[in-house]
Amino acid sequence: MIEQAVTTQTEIVYENTIFAEPIFHIGGFSVTNSLLTSWIAVVIILIISFKIKNKVNLVPRGLQNAMEALIEFFLDLFDSITGSREKSAKFFPFVFSFFLFIIICNLMGLLPGVGTIGQVVAEGGHKVFVPYLRGGTADLNATLALAIIGVVASHIFSVISLGFWKYFNKFVNIKAFLEIPRKIKNDPAIILVNPIKFLVGLMEIISELAKIASLSFRLFGNVFAGEVLLASMSAMLAFGLPLPFMFLEVMVGVIQALIFAILILSYLSMMSVEEEH
Amino acid sequence: MLAKALAIGIGAIGPGIGVGLIGAKALEATGRNPEAFGKILSIMFLAIAFAEAIAIYALVISFSIK
Repeated sequence: MIEQAVTTQTEIVYENTIFAEPIFHIGGFSVTNSLLTSWIAVVIILIISFKIKNKVNLVPRGLQNAMEALIEFFLDLFDSITGSREKSAKFFPFVFSFFLFIIICNLMGLLPGVGTIGQVVAEGGHKVFVPYLRGGTADLNATLALAIIGVVASHIFSVISLGFWKYFNKFVNIKAFLEIPRKIKNDPAIILVNPIKFLVGLMEIISELAKIASLSFRLFGNVFAGEVLLASMSAMLAFGLPLPFMFLEVMVGVIQALIFAILILSYLSMMSVEEEH
Repeated sequence: MLAKALAIGIGAIGPGIGVGLIGAKALEATGRNPEAFGKILSIMFLAIAFAEAIAIYALVISFSIK
């Protein structure tokens, strides 16, 4: 038994763990490698924003031109979901920042130094390789946080635009019960339909939780599975084989960011209109 | 070990069929109306990502089983 312990200590083990590994600690708060990468993504976004803000020409050229084209494309895309340009313009800053953050985090996970430069740490009897940087959205904490922010924001927007009573009646449909004595003469079937409406409202509460879970797991699963796939392909043959998978990962990163943003937008616009009969 | 394989194996049957159906319907719609190809393509990507998400849930479970 003692000989087994000695031999495993000289081997360096690397496996993609589902949980991100901590790099250093600030006080009691451990900073993981995914967190470090997402901080770098935020710094990149800040640098781009300040560069564009300082010189805004009337006739755009260069970086400003590219950003304006991007914004036009997105406003048209959001129009097809919300239905009106002023609603899209209202929701645009919020949803576009989701898109920008997620796409930069996803693409940073594919850069050459990320996931490969690191240190060897002795952990639990054998040595483990811990990379310094790792994809920012490959951490379930990050995607869960983004999903919770999106869904809670849709509720807050709903209260702001509809008022608290109508928002409350989306979920606990008391109005359905109050309407029964008022409308029972015109429409006798209402005594059966409205209790069902009440129960449907209660089910909506559960579907909100399902929204959070599905948003976070979709993004996390796509990015994390892509990391593991690239690692296994590189382990097999590092010279030509990962190339089509790299293309796949770039496409998946862009598409998943787009889908996250579009879903958040559709939740926002669905919650801020009243349901029609 | 077997649990990991079964989780992803069985979990990928449904989404596989689903994505195939989405692609088939998209192609059929394009055949009927070749001008609308751009619109059909973008909605098809959206629907495929939703269907793939179920397979990804199964993959995450398979990674987290010891």
